[in-house]
Amino acid sequence: MASSEASRSSPRSRRELEVRNPRQDKYSVLLPTYNERENLPLIVWLLVKSFSESGINYEVIIIDDGSPDGTRDVAEQLEKIYGADRILLRPREKKLGLGTAYIHGMKHATGNYIIIMDADLSHHPKFIPEFIRKQKEGNFDIVSGTRYKGSGGVYGWDLKRKIISRGANFITQILLRPGASDLTGSFRLYRKEVLQKLIEKCVSKGYVFQMEMIVRARQLNYTIGEVPISFVDRVYGESKLGGNEIVSFLKGLLTLFATT
Amino acid sequence: NFRAQSSGPHREGELRGPKVVTMTKLAQWLWGLAILGSIWAVLTMGSLGLELPSSYQEVLWPLPAYLLVSAGCYALGIVGYRVATFHDCEDAARELQSQIQEARADLVRKGLRF
Ligand SMILES: Nc1nc2c(ncn2[C@@H]2O[C@H](COP(=O)(O)OP(=O)(O)OP(=O)(O)O)[C@@H](O)[C@H]2O)c(=O)[nH]1
Ligand SMILES: [Mg+2]
Repeated sequence: MASSEASRSSPRSRRELEVRNPRQDKYSVLLPTYNERENLPLIVWLLVKSFSESGINYEVIIIDDGSPDGTRDVAEQLEKIYGADRILLRPREKKLGLGTAYIHGMKHATGNYIIIMDADLSHHPKFIPEFIRKQKEGNFDIVSGTRYKGSGGVYGWDLKRKIISRGANFITQILLRPGASDLTGSFRLYRKEVLQKLIEKCVSKGYVFQMEMIVRARQLNYTIGEVPISFVDRVYGESKLGGNEIVSFLKGLLTLFATT
Repeated sequence: NFRAQSSGPHREGELRGPKVVTMTKLAQWLWGLAILGSIWAVLTMGSLGLELPSSYQEVLWPLPAYLLVSAGCYALGIVGYRVATFHDCEDAARELQSQIQEARADLVRKGLRF
């Protein structure tokens, strides 16, 4: 599917798009952080590299929820290094959760497109130019990274986690027929007004929040493009995938099944 | 194909009319199962007066069970296949590691205290 999309626009028209649009379009990256002192400088460095190499106008909005490990201090240093017009700090006092972090960050975003990603290095900024190209190709409202299609994949997952992930994805596809292959991933590009509308509508938390965003998007007839991504599990910091997560995922899935 | 079906939120009303009732996914499943179930019931009970040959009856009776089992096998097969063919992005991990080294060095040069 991805390749048929890619072959539709001729090389010339694509080049024209790339020359014309980067100057008008601005991309705001929302980076929610909680205890990402190790990762934050690295992800910001990679973001700056990726954006400046492809000549894209951008800003990075860091939403730190009072991390006890001093993430905020590192963020302030990064603001000094890269400039307050590129790195925007919009911290909050305490841990209030991811969903509200996005809302908070979006209030301060000046771009017309929003990119959401994790700060733990599992989402690599090198894919962002591909997201942007994809979005322009199909004039999509949303472009979602996918681990389950084409060259997409994961690194650092054991067999158990792969089975859970593939199994959960299969059940979700059967029950919700959402029109996108990676529902729990959170590496996505949105038109700003689309994200605003979706966030208003979404009520769930955690993994289910990402899933609900796509399901609501389908309900509202928004178009979704997909780009295969490699997901490298976090190198620094704690990872959590416990029984709790699975139970709340199933609950959320059934809720969406019954209500959408 | 989801790209073909949706055409932007602004055109929603135009295309579908305002009075469209959208079923939840649960309702769609229940409807589907109810329809298939009643077809099966009508055929096996012979309540329409059409008497099927007994060889058909023998196949029809356990059909739901067969379907259930084969759906289960299909699901297990698909998930198993996808687990086995899940890409391990060794290259991406290696590339990231070397970029981390590069980033650290550059950031220290720019004056960052880790
Ligand atoms: N601002 C803010 N950021 C958060 C909060 N919880 C998580 N994050 C950040 O959101 C991103 C995703 O969180 P993760 O902990 O990586 O969640 P995950 O990817 O589902 O799980 P693992 O990577 O396996 O631990 C990371 O950048 C976190 O730092 C929160 O309450 N507030
Ligand atoms: Mg993560």
